[in-house]
Amino acid sequence: MTFTINGEEQDVAAATLADLLSALDYEGDWLATAVNGELVHREDRGTFTLGARDRIEILSPMQGG
Amino acid sequence: MLKLYDVEVQSRLLLGTARYPSPAVLAEAVRRSKAEIVTVSLRRETAGGKGGGAFFELIRELGVRVLPNTAGCHSVQEAVLTAKMAREVFRTDWIKLEVIGHHDTLQPDVFGLVEAARILTDEGFQVFPYTTDDLVVAEKLLEAGCRVLMPWCAPIGSAMGPVNPMALRTFRAHFPDIPLIVDAGIGRPSHAASVMEIGYDAVLLNTAVAGAGDPAAMAEAFALAIDAGRLAHAAIPLEPRDMAVPSTPVIGKAVFS
Repeated sequence: MTFTINGEEQDVAAATLADLLSALDYEGDWLATAVNGELVHREDRGTFTLGARDRIEILSPMQGG
Repeated sequence: MLKLYDVEVQSRLLLGTARYPSPAVLAEAVRRSKAEIVTVSLRRETAGGKGGGAFFELIRELGVRVLPNTAGCHSVQEAVLTAKMAREVFRTDWIKLEVIGHHDTLQPDVFGLVEAARILTDEGFQVFPYTTDDLVVAEKLLEAGCRVLMPWCAPIGSAMGPVNPMALRTFRAHFPDIPLIVDAGIGRPSHAASVMEIGYDAVLLNTAVAGAGDPAAMAEAFALAIDAGRLAHAAIPLEPRDMAVPSTPVIGKAVFS
């Protein structure tokens, strides 16, 4: 399916958000995810079913002021 | 001790973690500042989580409390979602709430700020709002549930120091029981000392330390200045006078003519 991931369109074979993270080699307990503007908690990623054109944000810690 | 929501800290310097020459310099600056709270942020991860992971580990090793921010957010919706994602990552209800209203000055959108503060407070967040020195906005932030206020003293990163000391004094006088942290615009330790002298509870800094020639030494200089300003405030400084007042007593002075 085609998704918009962090602002870029990508084709990824993934049924759930957890599948998508795994397919793209994202790992670590410091990641936060949102789909279509709504937070998806870490524990819900395995059951969160994705749809075509979903907008997915994957954020991680960085330096800030 | 400074109490911010339900947490007591000794240090009155909150330090940002951005723009340092290297992670090692950042770590040394945090140590020499004796800061117990550092600000952090979230950004899109493009390296499979590895880039953010390295920074996350560095912060963990420093053993400090984190205050995540919503820097770069220009709408209530963006700020609220970023705050929720920050809570997911950093496992804290604290959020330094920034809703930016102007690209050039990075002035907060105070209308959006109040709205976002209300939403986040209702969701259990403990909000540290980056605001202006406007008293009415501050009242609205308190009504929205904020228990800390963080007025700017000049635009972010400008290093100008307090451009309107009278407004900062009025702000302090108007909110005697609310922890007040000057956030943004400080450039030199003397600026930090001056706001502490007028009774501010703490100072939040980033660029003034990170952009210095020797960030770690500057971090220590700020820590000393903040302590000096705090001590001076407690010691009740003199008010300025229009006329000279001789410091040497004139009684008993010899008369030669």
